[in-house]
Amino acid sequence: MATRCVDRELLNDWHIVADQESLSQDTPFATRLLGVDLAIHKSSNKIEVVRGDTGATLKSAERYGFVWTCLDKPWRDIIYIPEANEADRHLVSGGAIAVKVSGLRAVENFLDMGHFPFIHTDWLGEEPHTEVAPYKVEITPQGEVLATECKFYQPVASPTAKEGFIVDYIYKVIRPYTVALYKSNPIQKHRLDVITLFVQPVDEENCVAHPYLCYLKEGMEAATVRSFMQLIFAQDKPILENQVPKRLPLDPRAETPIRADAVSVSYRRWLRDRAVTYGAIPAQA
Amino acid sequence: MITLYDYELSGNCYKLRLLMSFLRIDYKTVPVDFYPGREHKSEWFLKLNPLGQLPVLDDDGLVLRDAQAILVYLASKYDPSGTWYPRDNPALLGEISQWLAFADGITSTASAARLHDALFYDFDIDVARAGAHRLFRILDEHLWFGEQQGRSWICSAGHPTIADIACFPYIILSEEGGIPRQDYPAIRRWCDRVKRIKGFTVMSGVFPAGPGKVAA
Repeated sequence: MATRCVDRELLNDWHIVADQESLSQDTPFATRLLGVDLAIHKSSNKIEVVRGDTGATLKSAERYGFVWTCLDKPWRDIIYIPEANEADRHLVSGGAIAVKVSGLRAVENFLDMGHFPFIHTDWLGEEPHTEVAPYKVEITPQGEVLATECKFYQPVASPTAKEGFIVDYIYKVIRPYTVALYKSNPIQKHRLDVITLFVQPVDEENCVAHPYLCYLKEGMEAATVRSFMQLIFAQDKPILENQVPKRLPLDPRAETPIRADAVSVSYRRWLRDRAVTYGAIPAQA
Repeated sequence: MITLYDYELSGNCYKLRLLMSFLRIDYKTVPVDFYPGREHKSEWFLKLNPLGQLPVLDDDGLVLRDAQAILVYLASKYDPSGTWYPRDNPALLGEISQWLAFADGITSTASAARLHDALFYDFDIDVARAGAHRLFRILDEHLWFGEQQGRSWICSAGHPTIADIACFPYIILSEEGGIPRQDYPAIRRWCDRVKRIKGFTVMSGVFPAGPGKVAA
């Protein structure tokens, strides 16, 4: 199952391989990226990422509280999150959670509002408010998939929400395995809380989710932000792990989308255009 | 007022939330950052429970640890019907204690497998899964023979007891540890019955029972 990745788009990009909190100086942290076993060594002054097969030390970086690595030469920098520089935000990781499914499925699930009332019942949705109103999808000049004007009624949209309200969402797929969600803050309604989901492709059918949260501090504790993220993500996890097939089919005829899936249709097409095959079932020519 | 030191994804904490929901007990929670913060090993928490384990319950200054022990306490004190832990029935109490200990075995196998798979705990996954299958087989047979005698619950009573609550969470979450339940039909039927107890509540990873069949 640990097939090697041949997609340049992924090999020449940065990926998170650990939450810095989970590293210890005593034992190297073992993980896997794109089918390659890695050991992360931490000493007093540096962190090294070493390939298990060749013993080569890889290019690595620390940012946003995570350890990043690239298996080849990086074509671009680690993504920039402007909200991470705003002093009135909590910057917390949701905690790395392993999921037995392709990371592309995890990204797609993150983009989906249709499941809220059924999977996040009484939190992010509730019956009979099940309709996904039409929203806009476009490709940005930076080559990202952007969904705007997303609206959904949520009974408990955030840990401090006192009542249900219609929440405004913006979704942005930034890299094949990275997706961000911007969501109206229940107190400062003109500002947005940001959740970036970095997905570590362990192999084609396994991933580690590394959520990174930039939440306005007003009326909110960092620990609450983290526990709310875990509560929601752990509701998705069994659904993700029961998806069949575990890899994401890119053939437009493989699964039948509805209008609510517009962003997912664009995401799959965008993956095809970028020749991303790792974690996917490529479309038949 | 009851305070539960709680972690949402903990099946052992869920046991107490479940019983308190069945008994309609009011309580507040103090969230403990079990993962990745390891707050259950922090200095303040170790003062509460030197074992460094969740859950802990504080009832007006009485501090108790261990999910099974707390189930015994809560049911003894707050269940006016006296059915969840029937203090006047020695044989049944013996049975309940036997299955509470069995539930601990489920924790050290099925729960360990889940921690290994999702949260990177360094356990021997094959040993954990094999241990869980052994216990599931024993419970499945026990429940199957019970069904033949008209018994719906783990212990010999016409109603559920805290033994059912103690065994339920890490069984219903077992697939997260790579332990499928398709070979345990009596366990699956029993899980469905537990989900239909009035006052049942879910945790992340547990879904409510589907709509029931209309009685003919």
